[in-house]
Amino acid sequence: MILSRRWLEAMLDRQLDPRDLEGRLSMLGAPVEAIVPLHQDLGDIVVAQVLEVKRHPNADRLSLCLVDAGGASPVEVVCGAPNVQAGKKYPYAGVGALLPGGGGGRLEKKKIRGVESNGMLCSAKELGLGQDHTGILELDTPARPGTRFLEAVPVVDHQIVIEVTANRPDLLCHKGVARELAASLGAVVKLPRIPDGQAVRRLEHVYPPNRLTARRGVVDGVEVRLEDREGCPRYMAAVIRGVRVGSSPAWLAARLTAVGQRPINTVVDATNYILFELNQPLHAFDLAKLRGPAVVIRRAGPNEKIVTLDGVERTLTPEMTAICDAARPTIVAGVMGSAESEVNESTTDLVLECAYFQPTRIRRTRRALELSTESSYRFERGIDLLGMPDALRRAIELIIAVAGGELREPPLDLWPEPVQERTIFLRPERVSRLLGVPVERAEIERLLTSVGFFVAPKDDRLAVQVPGWRPDVARDVDLVEEVARLRGYNTFPDELRAYRPGTVPDAPIESAKAWVREQLARAGLYEARTMPLGPADGPEAVAIRNPISAEEAYVRRRLLPGLVGRVEHNWANRNRDIRLFEIGTVFKRGIEAGAGPEEWTSVAAVLTGARHPAHWSQGAKVPDMDIWDLKYHFELAVKVAAPTCDVRPATGGAVGWEAVHRGSGVALGWAGPLDADAPVWAASLFGLEVRLEVTSTPPVPYRQLPAQPPVERDVALVLPPGVSAAAVSEVLRRAAGPLLERLEVFDEYRGAGVPAGHRSVAWHCTFRDPSRTLREREVDELLSRALKAVEDELGVRRREG
Amino acid sequence: MRDLLAALTELREHLKEIPQAGERRLQDLKTEILGRKAGALTKILATLPRLEPADRKEVGAAANALKQEFEAALEARARELKRAAGDVARLDLTMPGRARWHGGLHIVTQVVDEICEIFHELGFTRAVGPEAETEWYNFGALNFPKDHPAIDAQDSFYLDAGKGEGEGEGYLLRTHTSPVQVRTMKRYPPPIRVVSPGQCYRRDPFDASHSPVFEQIEGLVVDEGTSFVDLKTTLSQWARKFFGPETRTRFAPSYFPFTEPSADMQVSCSVCGGAGCATCKQTGWIEILGSGMVHPAVFENCGIDSERYTGFAFGMGPHRIAMARHGIPDIRLFFESDVRFLAQFAGGAP
Repeated sequence: MILSRRWLEAMLDRQLDPRDLEGRLSMLGAPVEAIVPLHQDLGDIVVAQVLEVKRHPNADRLSLCLVDAGGASPVEVVCGAPNVQAGKKYPYAGVGALLPGGGGGRLEKKKIRGVESNGMLCSAKELGLGQDHTGILELDTPARPGTRFLEAVPVVDHQIVIEVTANRPDLLCHKGVARELAASLGAVVKLPRIPDGQAVRRLEHVYPPNRLTARRGVVDGVEVRLEDREGCPRYMAAVIRGVRVGSSPAWLAARLTAVGQRPINTVVDATNYILFELNQPLHAFDLAKLRGPAVVIRRAGPNEKIVTLDGVERTLTPEMTAICDAARPTIVAGVMGSAESEVNESTTDLVLECAYFQPTRIRRTRRALELSTESSYRFERGIDLLGMPDALRRAIELIIAVAGGELREPPLDLWPEPVQERTIFLRPERVSRLLGVPVERAEIERLLTSVGFFVAPKDDRLAVQVPGWRPDVARDVDLVEEVARLRGYNTFPDELRAYRPGTVPDAPIESAKAWVREQLARAGLYEARTMPLGPADGPEAVAIRNPISAEEAYVRRRLLPGLVGRVEHNWANRNRDIRLFEIGTVFKRGIEAGAGPEEWTSVAAVLTGARHPAHWSQGAKVPDMDIWDLKYHFELAVKVAAPTCDVRPATGGAVGWEAVHRGSGVALGWAGPLDADAPVWAASLFGLEVRLEVTSTPPVPYRQLPAQPPVERDVALVLPPGVSAAAVSEVLRRAAGPLLERLEVFDEYRGAGVPAGHRSVAWHCTFRDPSRTLREREVDELLSRALKAVEDELGVRRREG
Repeated sequence: MRDLLAALTELREHLKEIPQAGERRLQDLKTEILGRKAGALTKILATLPRLEPADRKEVGAAANALKQEFEAALEARARELKRAAGDVARLDLTMPGRARWHGGLHIVTQVVDEICEIFHELGFTRAVGPEAETEWYNFGALNFPKDHPAIDAQDSFYLDAGKGEGEGEGYLLRTHTSPVQVRTMKRYPPPIRVVSPGQCYRRDPFDASHSPVFEQIEGLVVDEGTSFVDLKTTLSQWARKFFGPETRTRFAPSYFPFTEPSADMQVSCSVCGGAGCATCKQTGWIEILGSGMVHPAVFENCGIDSERYTGFAFGMGPHRIAMARHGIPDIRLFFESDVRFLAQFAGGAP
């Protein structure tokens, strides 16, 4: 919402400082987003009077003017404007003046067709005050020549841009903001008098409006039928005849320009003025173009068409309210009128609409039409249903003042089900209890009254009448907020009071995630956070009904595709060593029809590049990570994230591993090499992903440290094809028994001395008895028993030599 | 046997090499000669049991003597090298040390943890909930009016799941972690003191200052007698611990359908100390979180007696807080996962 400082000043009858306003408005709940000074670049322009106009000796279209600009003697100025007249006053930029528009250039003395011009007389466009460039700007001012233009013509202003929350439609106009400021400043809000030139004809004989609870009425020969009571609870219409539509007077144009609106014509500008002053959207339409003449407020028919003011043909539906004449829609209610019924220079008689449209209806209409306007924005938030007669009256006064015309009959006010102000009962002790400090009853009354609530005592409570412009105030707590807000949030003390501990335990998944994060980071991986939206990843992916783009039309089912994308991004930035992990939510379709999606937390990692950083002592090249680095990281991830799973070689022949749940045998994780769009210099890419389990791990029990010495043996075994190291280890352990403390593979060999297709695998065995020193012979016996077992069960023999 | 003795003589040659060997060569020699598996001398010793007793004695004596000599020489040289290593004059101590790969946590995770840890000290526990929520939990229970502009700020992604839109049964990606409030109140009796961090989704464009996905931390306190003063004090306490003890806070009215009164909390700009700078847009203040007293309608929707209990709630965006605190100019950097970016906040080189 853009406010004009001067407009607020006119309502509050006092000067306002933009910086002060910023603080006050923020603390009242309307934070200021920007303060924009207007027209402050006109400081060098002065008022000048033309004393004499002569023909330029060398050009028909130019004139030579003798100008009094307040200096000791008049100066000669060349002027090209057709409207220059002796005796009149115009804005004048002297030699050396800084020209507006931010160009930064200073005006120089120069010859125009052989005659020297001392400065220039300016048009509205040249001063940034409008689009008019057909002539110079004539000033109707008593100011003496030489007076600074900015002192003579009140165009200097500040735009104050405020943020208005969805619950405060009353702040979408100057009166509403002035009301808040008045409460803060101790001032009074008064609507500024409409400058009229001639006296506004008094309206008393045609006011108040003719209020009917019927759905039909006639005003000055125009029939008004309210058929859609749900979409339009209240509809007022006035007929003004004999208007002359032209350009608006400077004061009106200046007000609208100051709030960022382009002046159009007297009638449209008058309705816009009321919109920004009182938050009442109005619509004026040309009576001559109204078939009937009738105004019918009804639901639109299916596929009914209307060409709106912006020139677009729009198709309406019965979900929308339309303002129609006897034949067809002329306005999309509350949103935009038709090009056809628009008021223009040829309009003499008009119908002025002042309505309340149901907020939800307007919201749905503007969404369906994808057409948001100043009117729809306000109707959608709820305007002041009870303030309509005052707004309409002021609009009529303004139109008659700027465009002439006559109101021959009282306006019509169709209001089938009149309502009154809402009353809310407020207990003062509830205010104190919620706010945490005692608040006196008298203070509550004073604060609420200051912004238009009407407060009366009722038993031990207060009966508070809510003004029509505050649709957001519906319960006692809403009044508590008003009290707190007007008192000032920052008046409440900052003091820590006792509190009771809560009953909610810490969510175990949070500590599970933290533990996994810590372990993976410690293993040299960086945590990534990737975008969880992407293309479909298999048939179980959950689709988004209203995606932003087709590439992001699904929520992720796995983390790995996102991480691979991030690896490619890093490759594109010439990063070769990439180790990333992510812990995040993944989704899949629910099993039963109509069920919600399933979601769980997943842990994934990607690895590529050097195994460790290079060091000068070891030469330049460090080996790249391979599947064995992957296996280590997968085992680590499974151990910390899914401790009820075992890592096993993946089924299906490809290189890779699975994390298999020990109880159910279900695979909950996978690791293996990944395909990616890799540059030639990149190393192989590996990935892993496992479902995070929430398990409660019991405290680690202490195991006594061994006091006895170990006995160590190395054995090299020849494994025939199809026999895995894990199978051999298992048999060795079983056969050797508990005295075999550790069993580590330390070598694998294929080639000379080993039969083709076989391989030699070497184990380092550590034997220990915690209670006594083992004898060598005992160990030899255990080992040979174990070797016999692998030979019998797996056909594995000790390697010769 | 002759062969073995000849081999021993040959090995003995290496003894001469030891006093000049560098660290690496010394290690190699040790492996070549005394290695547990393939050391030359080890192999010779291993053949002893197969020799005739007389030969065994002769070769064994020679081999064992040589072994002892080697061990002594190796040890002596190792000691010498060790001494030399301590000799500063021979070492360039400015040469780089041997590094390992570093990893680390994402800056947003760090900020979330830091925020939650402070609330933990203030008696809050962590609660979490699903990211795919029903409309009722995300909007309805939180007193969002249907078809109201208040929902516009939270344009949602609807999921192709559940019974479809309307009647609160359609599924969407939660637009805030506030549904966790509702789930917590429905499950646990007051007093409640929780913070709920988590990922949220809004149908915003992905640009320098917006992301369709972002992290949020929401907090909830419910008890008898909880007041606006408690809200202000708790949040100010948190701000002083997070941003520094000099931090000032101020509260301004705001609007959230699920709180009344509602308040935005601003903190004095930590960059300029409140004098005005680019970070705070010359205002001296930075908006950090939204908050308010829990709306009685929300209590009623969760089956909590709104006459007996009062409470407050708040929500903040760790992405934005991280951006303000670390001067990160573009929210997309958090999702790009450039290892150089991640490393900056993990205290190590990539």
